[in-house]
Amino acid sequence: MSERKPLFLHVPEPGCRPGDTPDFSDFVIPRAGEVRCPAIDAAPEDIRDMAFSIVRVLNKEGEAVGPWAGRLDSETLLHGLRHMMTLRSFDARMLQAQRQGKTSFYMQHLGEEAVSCAYRMALSDGDMNFPTYRQAGLLIAGGYSMTAMMNQIYSNASDPLKGRQLPVMYSSREHGFFSISGNLGTQFIQAVGWAMASAIAGDTKIASAWIGDGATAESDFHAAMVFASTYKAPVVLNVVNNQWAISTFQGLARGNAGTFAARGHGFGIPALRVDGNDYLAVHAVAAWAAERARSGLGPTLIEHVTYRAGGHSSSDDPSAYRAKGEATAWPLGDPIDRLKRHLVRLGVWSEERHAQAEAEILDEVRNCQKAAEKNGTLVSGPAPSPKDMFEDVYAEMPPHLARQRQEAGF
Amino acid sequence: MIEAIRNAHDIAMERDERVVVFGEDAGYFGGVFRCTAGLQKKYGKNRCFDAPINESGIVGAGIGMAAYGLRPVVEIQFADYVYPAYDQIVSEAARLRYRSAGQFTCPMVIRMPTGGGIFGGQTHSQSPEALFTHVSGLKVVVPSNPVDAKGLLMAAIEDPDPVIFLEPKRLYNGPFNGHHDRPIVAWKSHPMGEVDDGYYTTPLGRAAVRRAGGDVTVLAYGTMVHVAEAAADERGVDAEVIDLRTLLPLDMETIETSVKKTGRCVVVHEATRTSGFGAELCALVQEKCFFHLEAPVTRVTGWDTPYPHAQEWAYFPGPDRVGRALTQVLEG
Repeated sequence: MSERKPLFLHVPEPGCRPGDTPDFSDFVIPRAGEVRCPAIDAAPEDIRDMAFSIVRVLNKEGEAVGPWAGRLDSETLLHGLRHMMTLRSFDARMLQAQRQGKTSFYMQHLGEEAVSCAYRMALSDGDMNFPTYRQAGLLIAGGYSMTAMMNQIYSNASDPLKGRQLPVMYSSREHGFFSISGNLGTQFIQAVGWAMASAIAGDTKIASAWIGDGATAESDFHAAMVFASTYKAPVVLNVVNNQWAISTFQGLARGNAGTFAARGHGFGIPALRVDGNDYLAVHAVAAWAAERARSGLGPTLIEHVTYRAGGHSSSDDPSAYRAKGEATAWPLGDPIDRLKRHLVRLGVWSEERHAQAEAEILDEVRNCQKAAEKNGTLVSGPAPSPKDMFEDVYAEMPPHLARQRQEAGF
Repeated sequence: MIEAIRNAHDIAMERDERVVVFGEDAGYFGGVFRCTAGLQKKYGKNRCFDAPINESGIVGAGIGMAAYGLRPVVEIQFADYVYPAYDQIVSEAARLRYRSAGQFTCPMVIRMPTGGGIFGGQTHSQSPEALFTHVSGLKVVVPSNPVDAKGLLMAAIEDPDPVIFLEPKRLYNGPFNGHHDRPIVAWKSHPMGEVDDGYYTTPLGRAAVRRAGGDVTVLAYGTMVHVAEAAADERGVDAEVIDLRTLLPLDMETIETSVKKTGRCVVVHEATRTSGFGAELCALVQEKCFFHLEAPVTRVTGWDTPYPHAQEWAYFPGPDRVGRALTQVLEG
């Protein structure tokens, strides 16, 4: 008989599940302003600790404090607040439209608005993002038309993608927004390739790669890290850790040890974590990483620590796997509330103006929705032509496709 | 054929500074088969470089480069190693134009040595062309000789869409008709071995009639073109051997014209049989030429087993097996 104990499989589990009281007491949060701001050419080994800390600017009182503060004027911050409020309002309307049966599917950003909205403000025109389905703030803050977004969501006659893509899988080359795949993680290495191309061409543009916590387990995450570090590509590698990959808690993708940012260490890639619900912190860290990339200093890995307050998608019900009240117990708060408090404190904003802005934004979103619905929804009104189904498979339609289109009667 | 492929890279890089070449061992060393030799020295490390051993990374990075506006030509060291990149090829490269309604495109060539006959065993001998011909948005090319290899690669590099370029590795150093026990023949004695130094393209989507004949049509590509020619010669069969060259898009016109003339058709490929590209060819031939057929369309292929090492020549569909099939369809 062996004296050894039988082996057993370790399967990481989150701290709480339905029926439990939400508890984030193990989650270590540094005070705002506490984490240093290194020079952009700091050696990765000198800032290893930053992969285990969290850059934060806004404190509980709504003050912007510490070395990462003071980079945006109040006018820009007011724009930022408006972008986030617009994204939230847009999401609410489109989720409702999905519930009304006007489209098949929707994915909202609730609680994560700061990540993409603030990040976009750190980029220059001509830079390229390789986003996931939860970075529409890049488009809203980048000035893309909400009606065009809705046309895509409705797959209607004016859909820029001709009805071919699942709702929210936008694409806008002009707005630095690469076509969303839907297969997880594939874009991460493509962003590195785009950045390598910019370097090969002697350009000054940079790429930004986006991935969720769960998808960092994909091989393409590692491919991207290897290529980015090997070629010192001008790319910012963003992991949005919103705590949940559908029903799977983020710890399952990393052996429940270390952090996602710490994945950068083995590759010699400078890595840091940022409070993803802090508009100022996200912007400051993004600007720091973008400046590194643009200066030829290579890639940076950023872990945006945030919380997916809503369901994964319109097809998901988080109450089946998350403790009730977890979103409100989330200790980093709500990104819109936090920036609002800061602006009120600065004296450039007020409850009244906020309520007024909410109403204006709702009007604007409704008007866009009306305009989009004139072009049709998935179930009614003008639709993309079935003839289009056969276009763009190749630059020129080969004979077999031409025959099939004829066979299909278009 | 190696020199023809190397030369095509060279001319493409000379003519278009957007062309970049990379892959495992493809930079300094010039590739394990030497197809990119000298390119790094001539064009610099910015345009020809070594890649980490990560096929998904190679193709994924190539897609990003193509989306930027470069013309990447990437080498996968063996077709047998392409599977880690399959998602990037199928879900990304092939569909980028479609899903973005033309906003982003992927003009990229993915080269890889294919086929057996070099005692490569099951990880250096496979012919995975059917895994790519099944994918909408890809083009699939298999040259059978140096003249075509150069012209087709040049056309592939200039093509606005992703091209899978499969190079039969047994043909790298000379034509091979399947008689593995006979002395090796060099390309210089073959009419398609004499390659023009200058720029030219061989258009994708057009087959070539390698051997004119009236009694039976043989559809083949890559190494099997030479095997089919030998089988016809040795059996004294008046076979018309068609070298498909491009599997996708397929030159159906040439196939149809020939089969309607001969009334018989044998399809030959080295890849495994079940759901192989031969199945598609058989289906198309019966759809288009049924009332002209005098005998069932027959396939000669690799067996539905992994590619063995010691039993390589029992696996390889050589001239005897092809010859038997020719006799059979003529008698049938």
